[in-house]
Amino acid sequence: MSYIQVIQAGKDFGEGDARVTAVKQIDLSIEQGSFISIMGESGSGKSTLLAMLGGLLSPTRGQIVIEGIDLYSLTRTKLADFRREFMGFIFQSFQLVPYLNVLENVQLPLAVTHHSEEDQVRLALSALDKVGLKEKAHRLPNQISGGEQERVAIARAVVNEPPILFADEPTGNLDSRNSSEVMKLLTKLNSDGQTIVMVTHSRKNAEYAERIVEVADGRLIEPTPLRAAC
Amino acid sequence: MKLRTIAFNNLRRRKAKVFFLITGLMIGVSAVVALMTTTRILAEDIAHKMDEFGANIIITPKSEGLSLTYGGLSLGGFSFDVKEIHQEELAKIKTIENAANIRIVSPKVFGVFESSNQKALAVGVDFNSELALKKWWKINGKSPESDSQVLLGHDVAAKLNLTKDSEVQIKDHTFQVSGILDPTGSQDDSLVFIRLPLAQKLFGKEGQVGMVEIAALCKNCPITELVAQLSRALPTAKVTAVQQVVEGRMDTLHNFQNFSLGVSALILFVGGMVVFVTMMSSVTERTREIGIFSAIGFRSAHIMKIILLEAVIVSLCAGIFGYATGIGVTWGLLSFLSEHRPHMSLDPYVAVGSVFLAIILGLIASFYPARAAAAMDPNEALRTL
Repeated sequence: MSYIQVIQAGKDFGEGDARVTAVKQIDLSIEQGSFISIMGESGSGKSTLLAMLGGLLSPTRGQIVIEGIDLYSLTRTKLADFRREFMGFIFQSFQLVPYLNVLENVQLPLAVTHHSEEDQVRLALSALDKVGLKEKAHRLPNQISGGEQERVAIARAVVNEPPILFADEPTGNLDSRNSSEVMKLLTKLNSDGQTIVMVTHSRKNAEYAERIVEVADGRLIEPTPLRAAC
Repeated sequence: MKLRTIAFNNLRRRKAKVFFLITGLMIGVSAVVALMTTTRILAEDIAHKMDEFGANIIITPKSEGLSLTYGGLSLGGFSFDVKEIHQEELAKIKTIENAANIRIVSPKVFGVFESSNQKALAVGVDFNSELALKKWWKINGKSPESDSQVLLGHDVAAKLNLTKDSEVQIKDHTFQVSGILDPTGSQDDSLVFIRLPLAQKLFGKEGQVGMVEIAALCKNCPITELVAQLSRALPTAKVTAVQQVVEGRMDTLHNFQNFSLGVSALILFVGGMVVFVTMMSSVTERTREIGIFSAIGFRSAHIMKIILLEAVIVSLCAGIFGYATGIGVTWGLLSFLSEHRPHMSLDPYVAVGSVFLAIILGLIASFYPARAAAAMDPNEALRTL
């Protein structure tokens, strides 16, 4: 059984005549420790698929099963706990909390765990060290560059060492040099055993993954294996 | 990092909104504090003045005898021949639970005498108590300073054809008129006032009193409770509240309280709406953050806690500043509303109550916005990114 399974999942928005089908019916299996890129044009349904995979958007039909657990059979609270323990999110446009400094932003997922404050700081500094930003821990997000903000977002996503990392256009707002650094960082995390599911419209970035799937018109196009899993 | 760090940091970032929130709630709290405190102080002042204005409890011997009025007020069963109250029993008045509310105790003894072929009623009183009780008395002359002096009511002086410094024979004693009362419109106009111990001796009632008038401060103690306590202390006496006086005082106080409660409720409602609207708009502005919190695994309860924590912090500040401002406003209002500034007493319950009130109001007004934030669909929230 695959680590992540998308079983005939689809998503409609709206009612009656206004109903729009964003994802028609998708079957997808993702193995533990793999790095998969989901590509597609704008409006193809790739972000909707990622939201469903991340427990953020309930599918209209079908199931999303992770570690044998049907995500959407969980209560709202259990689903929040599952996201906290199993998933890290890297959002488009960084999405750091502007009034928290870099260290506090990275600590955020730990704020609602059993970790003591000392542990939280230690783990957050360790995550920042991984992305090379330990020395900027006390700066506010608006006091660092866009590339650095993206790296802070990555540190926040991995601080509690979740098995799965979801990244939605992680380089969408970065120049090519910063994009390349971020992609190398994701590759490194994957090589350390993290399962990564990334949505991108950039073929170049998608090729950092070992596998690319394309979504078009709400359907999955033949998966393309690129390289062997690490 | 704790959730409170998020709440504090957010408030620090949104200084203008926090200032607006605190000011809105503070105005509500300070208005309530000012109203309540002003009303309380004015009510106390009025109650004190009214309490000073004559007796509100009368103690007479239990009797089936004739009814008599005194000062236009019914004294219940009273007869000249009835058994008097023993004076030493009056010490029990000071032993009742609410003895602190008893301000003046004025015992009296009555006796009839004849002078210039006219019968008149003499009253033995303790002049210190009587003068304290009847502040409206205006004496043409002065009050008696020795056993050989009497004070005459206006009518009795005219009927007996007596003037200040003239002499009057009562029983076998000759008295000098030390002063004559200006007309009072009451029974006092027909009475001759002499010192209590001498009256007791003259009328053969040593150690006895015929009636006791009491002025009690009844603002914080129901008059009926005082009457019950006095009745238990003096089982042989009949204790009566002067209902019209008591009810008048209570009506005045209740009217003040009702007015301030009504206005306070209105102001609090407006204050609550200010908090509600501001918190609701704050939640809407923070949709993106709430989406992030949700996505990274914050439970709905965690999000509610952050919003409510912010409401508590803001309300706490508003409560403290509101109380201080309210007291300041009261200070100003009292000099405006009253010719003489009444004693400004601070009630610690109002201080603590205003802070609690602000917090409870803040929590109630923020509950729906917090619920709305907690119920926000994380994906919907993230779509606003």
